[in-house]
Amino acid sequence: MSLQPPIDNVLFGDNQFFGINHMSQDKAREQAVRFQDTEAIIDVLDSALDEGIRTFMCTTHERIGEVCDHMRERPERYADYVFFPCMPYAHKYNDAVAELGMMGALRRFAPQGTARALIAGGKTAAGRSIDSVVRLLVDAEMKMFRGLSAPVVFLQNVVVDFLLGLGFDDAFRVFAEHVRDEYDAAPGFITMNLPPLVDTLERLGIEQPIICSNINKVGFRMCGGVDVYERALSEGRCRAIAMSVMASGAIPPAEAIEYVASLPNIEAIVFGASSAGHIRETKRIADSYFAARDTRE
Amino acid sequence: MSNPNVSEARVKIGVIGLGRMGLSHLSILRPHPGVEIVGISDTSRYLLDVMRRYTGLPAYRDHRELLERGRPDAVVVATPTGSHAAICEPILESGVGVFLEKPLALTVESGERIVELAARHAVTTQVGYHFRFVPSFEEARRWCRAGHIGRIHHFHVAAHGPAVVRPRGTTWRARKSEGGGCLYDYASHAADLASFVFGQPDNVGGSIVRSVFSKDVDDEVYANFSYAGGLTGQLSANWSDATQRKMSVRVEIWGTDGKITADRQEAHVFLRNDPPAESGLRAGWNVRHVPDLIAPVRYYVRGEEYTLQLDRFVESVGLGRVDDDYSFASAHATDVVLDRIRRDADAQAGMGADTR
Repeated sequence: MSLQPPIDNVLFGDNQFFGINHMSQDKAREQAVRFQDTEAIIDVLDSALDEGIRTFMCTTHERIGEVCDHMRERPERYADYVFFPCMPYAHKYNDAVAELGMMGALRRFAPQGTARALIAGGKTAAGRSIDSVVRLLVDAEMKMFRGLSAPVVFLQNVVVDFLLGLGFDDAFRVFAEHVRDEYDAAPGFITMNLPPLVDTLERLGIEQPIICSNINKVGFRMCGGVDVYERALSEGRCRAIAMSVMASGAIPPAEAIEYVASLPNIEAIVFGASSAGHIRETKRIADSYFAARDTRE
Repeated sequence: MSNPNVSEARVKIGVIGLGRMGLSHLSILRPHPGVEIVGISDTSRYLLDVMRRYTGLPAYRDHRELLERGRPDAVVVATPTGSHAAICEPILESGVGVFLEKPLALTVESGERIVELAARHAVTTQVGYHFRFVPSFEEARRWCRAGHIGRIHHFHVAAHGPAVVRPRGTTWRARKSEGGGCLYDYASHAADLASFVFGQPDNVGGSIVRSVFSKDVDDEVYANFSYAGGLTGQLSANWSDATQRKMSVRVEIWGTDGKITADRQEAHVFLRNDPPAESGLRAGWNVRHVPDLIAPVRYYVRGEEYTLQLDRFVESVGLGRVDDDYSFASAHATDVVLDRIRRDADAQAGMGADTR
């Protein structure tokens, strides 16, 4: 029943475009200034595409909508291009919850009247309403990708880890089913807590889930510890995509990628970069280690 | 899957108030192997129905029922500030530990009362000033205490972010009577960080507490601190800064032998002279990034510091630890500073210094 789309070894990420840098706030600001025009983002995506990186794993930030428009208008250039949307763009909702409260935020983002009707439905409607809310939110976030290829749709780590921690497991099932039924896509999950997430998804019947997680040689944000991750990976119970491979620059690229490519069951790495030179270099290193691994296998 | 021996030893915790912070704390505490969540409570019936159905946790509209039926060893209280004292008093009297969202209380008097109650009943308490658990700030504090930058003469602590960037807002955070406003929110973190590193100031002056967009509360806060030993400092808090993605806190510290800067991602220290070899530092700039400073936490939702502060609390409850850098008493010291800023600003405004 599960969809298993192919995933390239090297995926392009988007943190650098939106002022996110786990190392330095100054660097984050520099990047925010550089990428305030969407054209600058597209230039970098084009450089990556020229190097053969044709998957963009991106937040559903409103500016990604502009990137989508650009690509939709040029189908010949971007015929093979693939998006892995990561939703939601959490700050939008977080700010709304701070400003309007939990229920107020729900009212703002759900179509007019829907949220009110759901809440008014009370206890008996509680179950149905959460299903509807998850679906409504996914649909709202997916609008920008209409007509483009999006074979894997991810839930962002802040949401995944929050729901996982609460034990709100059903939301994962609703998300997975909706993404599959409505978008013909595989569900993906970003997490800082890979081992317990794999257990939970298996229990829900989501087999071989696509999971993107920090995986790096120094154990940066690999919660529970590197050993627990290595064990979970060796069991082959998920399709792992490694992010923060260089731990925000703490590990040199070759050493970083060599480690990740040496682990079992890593399907891909996702990385972000701002210059053509940096993209080319990282892609070259990744290709060589993944090729060496595939030969070994 | 439950091992009776393990569950015997687990700390029983209830969560009161399921807003943004309460749910966040719950999501971090529930996976703790040494914790059993015995109940949750909130005034929203809808939220309780959803939580009961999907998480299976016992959910109560009245937190007193949670206390009675769940018999927790400790509770997390994440309700609006105005309700803190009233909720905490009977809980402390019954000897149950409390992790309280910051700030401690709406008035210095009510804060004093719960500090005193916690002391009298020897109860474990902690307040959610999570910046005390951010490794780069801890590192900056260690550098200060080790004397690496000589005699410290001035600091600047700032908290800026985009909480209120237009004139609206319908939650308690927009209401003064319930503890809303930048002073009790952003500025409390900055003041608490200053207290964490330098202690409580002896004087507060030149304070400005005013609105940019909000009708009922302040949106920006500026104040000068001075200490008996000659140290001075400035606090700047502004939650109407749309250039930030989220609240960003930064501290700069000037000493006779160097300078320290720290934010959530990194800590830098510039030293004029070579320090002792065991410090691991050198003359010139030394940079520590978060990946260098932190080991993985057991469970991560939104930043290591949120996990570390709750793990510390659970450990303190288990050990019966009652007074430390994180207790009600430490948070009360910050409340006193906030109160002095507010009074000083009122006095300044009374003298015509208000620029509105």
